[in-house]
Amino acid sequence: MAEDYLVVDDIFKTYPPAEKGKEKLETLNGVSLAVKKGEFVSVIGPSGCGKSTLFNIISGLERPDKGSVLLDGKDITGEKGHISYMLQKDLLLPWRTVLDNCILGPELHGVSKKEAYRLAMPLLQEFNLSDFASSYPAQLSGGMRQRVAFLRTVLAKKELLLLDEPFGALDAYTKSEMQDWLSGIWSKYRETVLFITHDVEEAIFLSDRVYVFSKRPAVVKAEITVSIPRPRSRGEITSNDFVKLKKEMLSALLGA
Amino acid sequence: MKKYLPSIMFFVLLLIIWEWVVKYFEIKEYILPSPSAVGSSLINKKVLLWDHGLQTIYEAFLGFLLAIGAGLVLSVAMGLSPGVKRTIYPLMVVSQTIPIVAIAPLFIIWFGYVMMPKVVTVVLICFFPITLSLVEGLSTVDEDMVRLLTAMGASPWQVFRKVKFPGAMPSFFAGLKISATYSVMGAIIGEWLGASKGLGIYMTRSMKSFLTDQLFAAIAVVSILSLLFFAVVEITGRLVMPWYYQK
Repeated sequence: MAEDYLVVDDIFKTYPPAEKGKEKLETLNGVSLAVKKGEFVSVIGPSGCGKSTLFNIISGLERPDKGSVLLDGKDITGEKGHISYMLQKDLLLPWRTVLDNCILGPELHGVSKKEAYRLAMPLLQEFNLSDFASSYPAQLSGGMRQRVAFLRTVLAKKELLLLDEPFGALDAYTKSEMQDWLSGIWSKYRETVLFITHDVEEAIFLSDRVYVFSKRPAVVKAEITVSIPRPRSRGEITSNDFVKLKKEMLSALLGA
Repeated sequence: MKKYLPSIMFFVLLLIIWEWVVKYFEIKEYILPSPSAVGSSLINKKVLLWDHGLQTIYEAFLGFLLAIGAGLVLSVAMGLSPGVKRTIYPLMVVSQTIPIVAIAPLFIIWFGYVMMPKVVTVVLICFFPITLSLVEGLSTVDEDMVRLLTAMGASPWQVFRKVKFPGAMPSFFAGLKISATYSVMGAIIGEWLGASKGLGIYMTRSMKSFLTDQLFAAIAVVSILSLLFFAVVEITGRLVMPWYYQK
């Protein structure tokens, strides 16, 4: 098996008290995890467990108190610009068309617009968005906006994609549709993905491996490998293997 | 145009009532001219009104442009540097408590009976809403967007150009619309205090000669000019921010 690509090594993070007299907020208590190149790994945990803090630390927006983040063997702790991420909020720029939103990453790194469009066009086709290339985000549905946001994340050509509950705000139907879609797209491109969620089914359905976090202050409670072969279909959610994994994960989660 | 129909109809109704009141109570023209008297004076004096109007347009437009320039420079500086904002912003608010009408005569002493004092008056009046709206627009940016771009490796200047500035445009244009209507008024105030040409001085002269119908005609022209300025800003806004109007 390939070497670990992203390594999160023994991260601690405590926030000072928000107000005087309040207790300080221990958020991450020695979290370690690793993602191999081309692997889809999820982090699952109760809400408020510090998943998003971990996310901010990996993306370089915050520094840990202790511990380090390594990417391809290089220490990137507190460094920005190595990963691209996607949130529940699509964060599309409302004044940019779909196409111009997608090319944000290349554009920031000095790629000419013409060249960036050339890169984006085939992906727009692939994502079934070419008809909307010149639409504004406000004209699209929630699911479509998330597809554009994902395209932007992919096109940023970073070494790692961080997805923080990207489908959390969608209705159940659109959500499962987006999961199928993401699963298909991922099988094709094999990007290295770290996916944060609190949805057990979503985590199993999409991932190669899942880390289960405890309540705050977070530690890794369990690491579960999902060996259901790809491509996975919706129907497999009720299969024995799936249900077994789901039980295992829930007991790890609830035992927290 | 259809959505303005009720307003237009109501306005016409008011004019009819006004006409009737003036006729019925035999109000003297120098006290309150009837709309028809104002209308005929608009037509009779159209060459003169146009001549004075052009001067006012020129002053208002020049002042408006200069105010936009000054507003852009100041608010961008405040948007980029919190230190500059902390220093300038409170002073800018305080400056608005100075009654411009009171200091405008000073400009005449400083610059003489030329165009300059009127333009300065317009700039002083228009500058504040423009700057304030742009500063507010720049500060209400979505922090999550800023973080996203930062994580992607964007420089602070790129964040400003690609997120903060375009995001501030709707607020900026709201300020521009307010200022556009103020600009004509500013030029009139400047002209009141001393000018050889312009609608302001035309109004003063009409008033002093008890030619109230001409005063009202000039007021009508000022209103139309202000609306015109407003329309220009509105159309520019639609061209600059098509996304905002498609919502």
